[in-house]
Amino acid sequence: MATHALAPATTAYRPGLYEWLTTTDHKKIGIMYVINSFLFFLIGGFFALGVRAELAQPGLQIFTDEHVYNEFFSIHATVMIFLFIIPILAGLGNYIVPLMIGAPDMAFPRVNALSFWMLPLAGLLLLSGFLTQGGAAASGWTSYPPLSEVGPTKSPGPGEDLWIVAIVLIGTSSILGGINFLVTIFKMRAPGMTLFRMPIMVWTMLVTSVLVVMATPVITSALVMLFIDRNYGGHFFDPFGGGNAVLYQNIFWFYSHPAVYVMVLPAMGIVSEVLPVFSRKPLFGYKAFIFATAGIGALGFSVWAHHMFTTGSVFLPFFSLMTFLIAVPTGVKMFNWVATIFRGKLSFSTPFIFAIGFLTMFLIGGINGAFSAAVPVDFALHDTYFVVAHLHYVLFGGSVFGVFAGLYYWFPKMSGRMLDETLGKVHFVLMFVGFNLTFFPMHMLGLQGMPRRIADYASNAGWNDWNLLASIGGFIIGISILPFIWNVFISLRNGKVAGDDPWEGNTLEWATSSPPPPYNFDRLPEIRSERPVFDARHGRLTPHDEMGPA
Amino acid sequence: MTADAPALGVVETGEVGQPTIIAEGHVARGISNPILGMLLFITSEVMFFAGLFAAYFSTRAGNHPWPPKQFDSILNPLSLILVATVILITSSFTCQFAVWSIRRGDRTGFIRNISVTFVLGIVFLLLQAYDYSLLFGEGMTLGSGPFGTTYFTLTGFHGAHVFGGVLMLGVILYRGMAGQFSSRHHDAVEAVSLYWHFVDVVWIILFSVLYLV
Repeated sequence: MATHALAPATTAYRPGLYEWLTTTDHKKIGIMYVINSFLFFLIGGFFALGVRAELAQPGLQIFTDEHVYNEFFSIHATVMIFLFIIPILAGLGNYIVPLMIGAPDMAFPRVNALSFWMLPLAGLLLLSGFLTQGGAAASGWTSYPPLSEVGPTKSPGPGEDLWIVAIVLIGTSSILGGINFLVTIFKMRAPGMTLFRMPIMVWTMLVTSVLVVMATPVITSALVMLFIDRNYGGHFFDPFGGGNAVLYQNIFWFYSHPAVYVMVLPAMGIVSEVLPVFSRKPLFGYKAFIFATAGIGALGFSVWAHHMFTTGSVFLPFFSLMTFLIAVPTGVKMFNWVATIFRGKLSFSTPFIFAIGFLTMFLIGGINGAFSAAVPVDFALHDTYFVVAHLHYVLFGGSVFGVFAGLYYWFPKMSGRMLDETLGKVHFVLMFVGFNLTFFPMHMLGLQGMPRRIADYASNAGWNDWNLLASIGGFIIGISILPFIWNVFISLRNGKVAGDDPWEGNTLEWATSSPPPPYNFDRLPEIRSERPVFDARHGRLTPHDEMGPA
Repeated sequence: MTADAPALGVVETGEVGQPTIIAEGHVARGISNPILGMLLFITSEVMFFAGLFAAYFSTRAGNHPWPPKQFDSILNPLSLILVATVILITSSFTCQFAVWSIRRGDRTGFIRNISVTFVLGIVFLLLQAYDYSLLFGEGMTLGSGPFGTTYFTLTGFHGAHVFGGVLMLGVILYRGMAGQFSSRHHDAVEAVSLYWHFVDVVWIILFSVLYLV
C-alpha cells in the first residue's frame, strides 16, 4: 500500500508469551478474547452434547443422577452466554473498532487488558464448581430463587456461590469494556470520521456499550442480593422471611433482556459490514439502520417482563405491546439487508454465506419470537421447548452465524492469511444443516408440550422421534467445528497471503497492513463518507491524498 | 518508540518526510477521556444502586409496619448519623474547593483541601462503623428480617463506595504532594471529585429514604 513508509515504531522487545500476557495492544487483546471465547464455546458445546445425548431417547442413559443433568444445562447456557457470545463479540469489537475509526488503540489500554483477564478467571471459577461438594450451579442460567437459595432441595453447595462470583466478575469486565468502547468511539475518531460516517459495526458496538453500561450493573445488584441471601441470612428473595421471589426475576430480566441485544447487535453490525462488501453495493439505508439500532437499544429496556408473563405480577398489555414494537426496527434492518443484496454483484465467499445464514435463521428467530410476545400464546408456550427453539434461532442462528461471518471476514486482517474457502463452505453446510436439524424439531416438541430442563420424558408422549432428530443434529453441529479448527490450523501455516485488502472492503481496517502494525496506521485516507477505502480505491481523492488503488 | 517514529495520531499526508499533524481534532477538545470514562462509570454505579433501591422499595411495600417495632427507636435521624451526614456533605464542599484550587494552579490550597476531604471521608467511615456496632448491640443484623437485610446492604454498599473513594482521594493526595498536578494537568482530580460527589448524593438519598421518609 505504502509507496514510502515512515520508519515503523520499534517497540521494546519482549519474548512471545510474555508479550501476549502483558500486552495492552487492542489487537492482541481482541485476538485473546476471541481465542478464549472459542475455547469456552467448545466447553459449552461439550455440555450441550451431554444434554442432547441424554435426551436422544426416553429414560436415563448418560446421567444416573438427574442433578448432574441440571448442572450440565445450567453450565452450558452460562458458558455460552457469558463466556462465549458476549465476550467473542466484545473481542471482535475490540480488534476492529479502533481500526474502523482510525484510532491507534482503545482509550484505556490497560483497563482493556484488565477486562480481558477477568474472563478466563471467571470461567475457571465457574467451572471449578464441579470440583466442590454438591457440584456446579444447577438452577439454570437464570438462577431463580427459591431454586438458587440455600436449602436441601435447592442449591446448598458452593457451586452456586461460585456461579454468582463468576457472573459478577464477567459483568464487571463487560462494564469496563463498555466504558472503554464508548470513550474510544466518542473521543478517538480520526479527523473526518464524523458519527454519521462511522461503520455500522461501530454504531452497533456503541449502542451495545450503552446497554452494557446501563444494564449490567443491575444484574450485579441482583446477584449481590442473592449472595447475601445465601450466605448472610438475608431476606431479599425469601417470601417466608418477608422477601419477594419475583423481585429477583424483575431485576434479573431488567439486565438480561437488554443483554439479548448485547448478544445480537454486534452480530448485526458484522453482517452489515459483510453484506455490502460481497454485494458490491453500499448498505441500503445507512441512517435508517443506525436509528433502528438505537431504537432496539431503547426499546430493549421496556420489555423485560415479557419473560415473566406467567408470574401473574406484571402488567401484560404494556410489555406485550413494547415487545411487538421491537419487531419494527428489527424489520427495518431486515429490509436494509435484503435491499443491500438485491441486484448486487454477489460473490459467495464464506463470510457472505454465513451472513446469509444469519439473515435466514435470525428471521425465523424473530418470527417465533413474535409468537411468544402474544400473551395468550405465551401462556401455552412458556417454559416449553418452543422457547428453547426461539432463543437458539436468535442466539445461534443469529449471533453465532454472525460471529463466524466476522471470523472468516477478518481472519485475513488478523493473521495476514486467507482461510481456505472449501473448508469454510464445508463448515457452513454442516453447521447450517446440523443447526436446523437440532432446533427446528424443538418447535414441534414445544407445541406438543415438552417442558424445558427435564432429563427424562415418557416414551409414549410422542416426543421420541423429534428428540432423536435434535440429538443427531446436535452432534452434526459438533462435527462442523472440526473443519473450522483444521482450517485455522492449516491457513495459519500455509494459507494464501492476504494482502492489505483481500475483499476490496469499504472501511478503514483495510487501509492498513495485514496484520496491522502496533500503532495501526502509517497513514489514513481522507474520510469523506462511511466508505473511505472504497472512495480511495475508486479515485474519489483530494489532491494531496496519496492512497492509491489498494 | 524511537524518536524518529511517528507519534500516535500523526499521519503523513504531504511531501516525503513531512509528517503533518492532521489529528488536531484529538487534542483537548471537549471532555477529556478520563473524565468521560468516570462519568460513564458513575452511570453504571447509578444503575447498580438503582437495583438495590428498587429492592428496598419493593421490600418496604411488602412489609408492615416499616421499620419493624423493635427497631423503630434506634433509627433516630437526630443522632450520630446526622453528624456523619453533615461530615460527608462538608467533604463534598472541601473536595470541590480542592478542584477549584488546582484549576487556579494553587497546589498548597489543593493539598490542604484534599487532605481535609480525605480525613472527613475516614471520619465518616469510622462513624458508620461505630453506628453499626450500636445496631449490632441492639440485635439488628443482616439476617434480622427484611429491614435488617435492606438496611445493611444499602448502607454497606454505600460504605464500600466511600471506602473506594477514600482510597482514590489518598492516591490523588499522594500524587498532589509529589507535585504531579497543575492547573493544566489534573484530570484525575476532576474525575475523583466527580466520584466523591456521586457518593455524597447517594448518601443524601439513602439518608432521606432510610431515616426521613
